[in-house]
Amino acid sequence: MSLYIEDLKIKANAIRQDIIKMLVEAGSGHSAGPLGLADIFTALYFNILKHDPKNPDWDERDILILSNGHCVPVRYATMAHAGYFEISELATLRKLGSRLQGHPERLRLPGLESTSGPLGSGLSQACGISLAMRLDKIKGRNIYVVMGDGETDEGNVWEAAMLANKYKLGNIIAILDRNNIQIDGTTEDVMPLENVVARWQGFGWKVLETDGNNIEEVINTLNFAKTIENSPVIIIAHTIPGMGVDFMENDYHWHGIPPDPKQAKIALKELRTLRGKIKSESE
Amino acid sequence: MSNYRHIKPIGPNTVFEPIRKGFGKGLLSVGKTNPNVVAACADLTDSTQMNLFKDEFPDRFFEIGIAEQNLVTVGSGLAAMGKIPYVSSYAAFSPGRNWEQIRTTICINYRPVKIVGSHAGVSVGPDGATHQMLEDIALMRVLPNMVVIVPCDSLQAEKATIAMADDKRPNYLRLAREATAVVTNNETPFEIGKSYVYREGKDITIFACGTLVYESLVAAEILLSQGIEVEVVNVPTIKPLDQKTILASVSKTRLVVTVEEAQINGGLGGAISELLSEHLPTKIVRIGMQDRFGESGEPTELIKHFHLDSHSIVQTVKELLA
Repeated sequence: MSLYIEDLKIKANAIRQDIIKMLVEAGSGHSAGPLGLADIFTALYFNILKHDPKNPDWDERDILILSNGHCVPVRYATMAHAGYFEISELATLRKLGSRLQGHPERLRLPGLESTSGPLGSGLSQACGISLAMRLDKIKGRNIYVVMGDGETDEGNVWEAAMLANKYKLGNIIAILDRNNIQIDGTTEDVMPLENVVARWQGFGWKVLETDGNNIEEVINTLNFAKTIENSPVIIIAHTIPGMGVDFMENDYHWHGIPPDPKQAKIALKELRTLRGKIKSESE
Repeated sequence: MSNYRHIKPIGPNTVFEPIRKGFGKGLLSVGKTNPNVVAACADLTDSTQMNLFKDEFPDRFFEIGIAEQNLVTVGSGLAAMGKIPYVSSYAAFSPGRNWEQIRTTICINYRPVKIVGSHAGVSVGPDGATHQMLEDIALMRVLPNMVVIVPCDSLQAEKATIAMADDKRPNYLRLAREATAVVTNNETPFEIGKSYVYREGKDITIFACGTLVYESLVAAEILLSQGIEVEVVNVPTIKPLDQKTILASVSKTRLVVTVEEAQINGGLGGAISELLSEHLPTKIVRIGMQDRFGESGEPTELIKHFHLDSHSIVQTVKELLA
């Protein structure tokens, strides 16, 4: 399913509104990361990924691993919009009996591919999947891994980075959400990551950069990444944490908390009106 | 001698072979019959005996380097694509180093990865405490979905390795470094989840696993000469426990000793204690590492030093019956 860029922007906005609604309903969860990743997830599910919402286990699908599991609200909301399940189910996030666990669990909801939460192990799983595909001579399937920048504090990430380079796992495309924040502060205060590009290049990866909140650029970069077949690729996606909601943007305090109902009302109005640029129908 | 079941009598013709050798043979054998079997190792391919598989199936073997967190998570990814990955290192490092990855990406994620921890126990010897893994049984046993297998000799390890390929659950296989007496034979039954009475007796039951099954059988032989009839039950699968076999034996003897080359807390002794205290409260003494670490020494020296040898078992049983 391919939509025009303007349609995708509207889709990403709707996904952001659903993220706010889910979080306020759940009363806990992470705000900044999911809002920042909404454009990337829209690009993935509505343009890039080979997938079938009605057949999540389709054996020719691309595989998307969400390594930073705490950002799963963006995945749930995007999956619902893509037709994996009803949008109304989003309201069950983090509630007893829900398929939408606080951190993603593969066995609870078809289409999640893996279970994550504890950081740093998504890239390793992508390596295993890629090695298995090579053994079975499977071609034409890509493995996308979304990771947080703070997540790369974990040593496990670099163990996987070395392995992917060793075996030249060319169907792995990692997307690093470079939003510069983690729970305790900015990434450069908590544990400096720069020079991010040089680091990944030093580990033998092909490194691309993109504005992660510009859907058109994200799509173009991902399409270019797909053409690189002899090396794993990482896209450093510069995003604004909390994107779309003024009082959340670039404030690390919003990493791990939800808006309260009053804040949610303001956030939703901002998103509906594109920060006051247009008049909301529901005003 | 008539009270031996399934196994050969202990005697001068007893053969000694490292338990890990059986794993190597089993992996090669199941690799030949099951094309989905693959293997990965963290820079200890010869030590863990994966080299047999690697030489025969170089394309199906992956050298991960000294990176145990990556080892098991790559395993999870391989399993996601329908492979049956056996991933090996020393037990001190895997599952010692990578427990969380096993918990999340293998157990919650329910991927049938076969985690093989070699060189477990104090019988690793001169390498000392850091390399003598004693907590692995406890670490793996508390994980939902995980199966824990501790074979008693190389033949049982070979059978277990082959059986694991058909088991859809995550598995942990514990191996030892030193030569261990081969007490079973080709006809000795092995099934994941089953315990086996290797020697019948009415006075006391010894539940044993791994390297110390042999020591327990020797102890039973010595005790028989002193008029004490010991039932020796091999518990190769510590999780899930074969409750029926265990409770049947204890119903008969009403006195229990557990024997393992691991911490008594959370290990085989812990598992049997939990079962009995709920279903059949019974006096029990746990032989194993008494909440302490090992140290350098020769394997046989260490087994004696930590009171894990047959004479220590004899002593314990006699004190219990006195």
